[in-house]
Amino acid sequence: MRERVEVADERAERLRLDFPALAGRSHTGAPLVYLDNAATTQKPESVIEAVAGYYRSGVANAHRGAHTLGARASAAYESCRTAVQRLLGAEHPDEIVLTGGCTGAINLVAHAFGDEHVGEGDEVIVSTLEHHANLLPWQRLCQRRGARLRVLPSSPEGDLRLDVLESWLSPRTRLVAVTHVANTTGGLTPLGEVVALAARVGARVLVDGAQAVARLAVDVRALGCDFYAFSGHKLYGPAGIGALYGRRELLARMGPFLTGGGMVDAVTPETSAYAAAPRRFEAGTPNIEGAIGLERAIEYLRAAGIDWVAQHDEALTRYARERLARVRGLQLIGAPLHALGVVSFVMDGVHAHDVSTIVDDAGVAVRAGHHCAQLCMQHFGVQATVRASFGLYNTRADVEALCAALERARELLAP
Amino acid sequence: MSDLGKLYQDAILEHHKAPRYAAALGAPTHSAEGNNPLCGDRVAVTLFVADGHVRDVGCEVKGCAICRASGSMLAEAIIGRELSQVVATSQRFLAEFTPAPADGGAPGEPWGQLGALLEARRYPNRLRCATLPWEALQRALGAAP
Repeated sequence: MRERVEVADERAERLRLDFPALAGRSHTGAPLVYLDNAATTQKPESVIEAVAGYYRSGVANAHRGAHTLGARASAAYESCRTAVQRLLGAEHPDEIVLTGGCTGAINLVAHAFGDEHVGEGDEVIVSTLEHHANLLPWQRLCQRRGARLRVLPSSPEGDLRLDVLESWLSPRTRLVAVTHVANTTGGLTPLGEVVALAARVGARVLVDGAQAVARLAVDVRALGCDFYAFSGHKLYGPAGIGALYGRRELLARMGPFLTGGGMVDAVTPETSAYAAAPRRFEAGTPNIEGAIGLERAIEYLRAAGIDWVAQHDEALTRYARERLARVRGLQLIGAPLHALGVVSFVMDGVHAHDVSTIVDDAGVAVRAGHHCAQLCMQHFGVQATVRASFGLYNTRADVEALCAALERARELLAP
Repeated sequence: MSDLGKLYQDAILEHHKAPRYAAALGAPTHSAEGNNPLCGDRVAVTLFVADGHVRDVGCEVKGCAICRASGSMLAEAIIGRELSQVVATSQRFLAEFTPAPADGGAPGEPWGQLGALLEARRYPNRLRCATLPWEALQRALGAAP
């Protein structure tokens, strides 16, 4: 058991002031209580200013024009790469591919790595907790290559069955693709053990870090994973930008995924020589404003203190789980060993969609549905859940506002 | 009454808590399913049609209060009615949810209890909760939605 840390509401309240959207109101005029951070996070003023400032001071394409603005755009774009490298603890900036998001990053690996290394009769293992972004690219890959996709079960609490993983791993296992933090339960995957088990049979490990990067310090070298993917917009940065970490020697041997401008060295009608990684994987004009916003978001997170953010997130999540468990008729979905930032629940006799509409009337934003994780819903035997998820600006008062709104939903609709 | 009170007005809540004709028919002449992948709502409409009339109906809804009430109200609205009337009502109901309702033509009869469902139009992400059973009905009848 980890040390119990108190919720640091005062610091969160101060940080909240950096996010102009959080001063807003809902369609009913209620103060906004934003608890849908697992879907996307609000943006601090510094990120908004950085993106707007780029537009104001003049845009250009990266790695193309030799003029003043072109040089600035290229430098800003590469500066983001270095910021991501530091965020993830990667050894080299050229281990970082900037992508359109986490989905884009995982699809890149499924094609550029998967098509090369996964063949007929081989196996790819994912978990039942995966977001569709870390399931469907592997399902498609296995269909293309005649390989077998195996879905690792979870315990009733929602923890990965490492014993089953161990029994499934074989020399045919090419890749294990798992989430770092589950987007439905907040469960933290014991990646150290997954990586160690996979290493015994020489399987590669891809980690979907979409829900993790804004909640805990990530160190890909300490984790020992081969690929790590995340999105900027869940990290207080813009949408449309994300990143893939790939081990240097793996990226060096991977062919391109998308082809087009900016990723080639020499082109002839017959064949082309591609640029070295990571540029080989960045075809087309990159999302420069996204990269600028992402770098600023990473700076914001660092200034807030990732260790503090992680402690606050874990403590607030624990508080929310305990508090929600006391709301009559409410059942938490999943009880993972370590839960970070996300709580899913159902209310007896009240559909998640109705809950979400009713709490929204009180200004509380939560997500209702299957959260792009239908295998996970099937595992827990539910059609849909309500999900509350926290950001660094949330406090216990937000949890209380949710609980009060939930009481209203129960009064209105429970049988 | 607040907007929320209008959405979840008594007529809706009453159907939600005790939906009518909620069991699927054993030997239907027409049937179709509807599914809203956004929220996981599922609807199964079964009809027994004879002599051009809907003689029996089953509208099974696994979903939210709005969807359940819509299915139950749909069943009450069509049982015993002539098929042509059923199709017309259904098309007119769905037209109320399209961004630009079809104009021209005489206004139909008042909506009666179905009017409660029209409140869902204030909630863009709840529109399909109200329309899903009707879309399934259209498909069951082989009519254009």
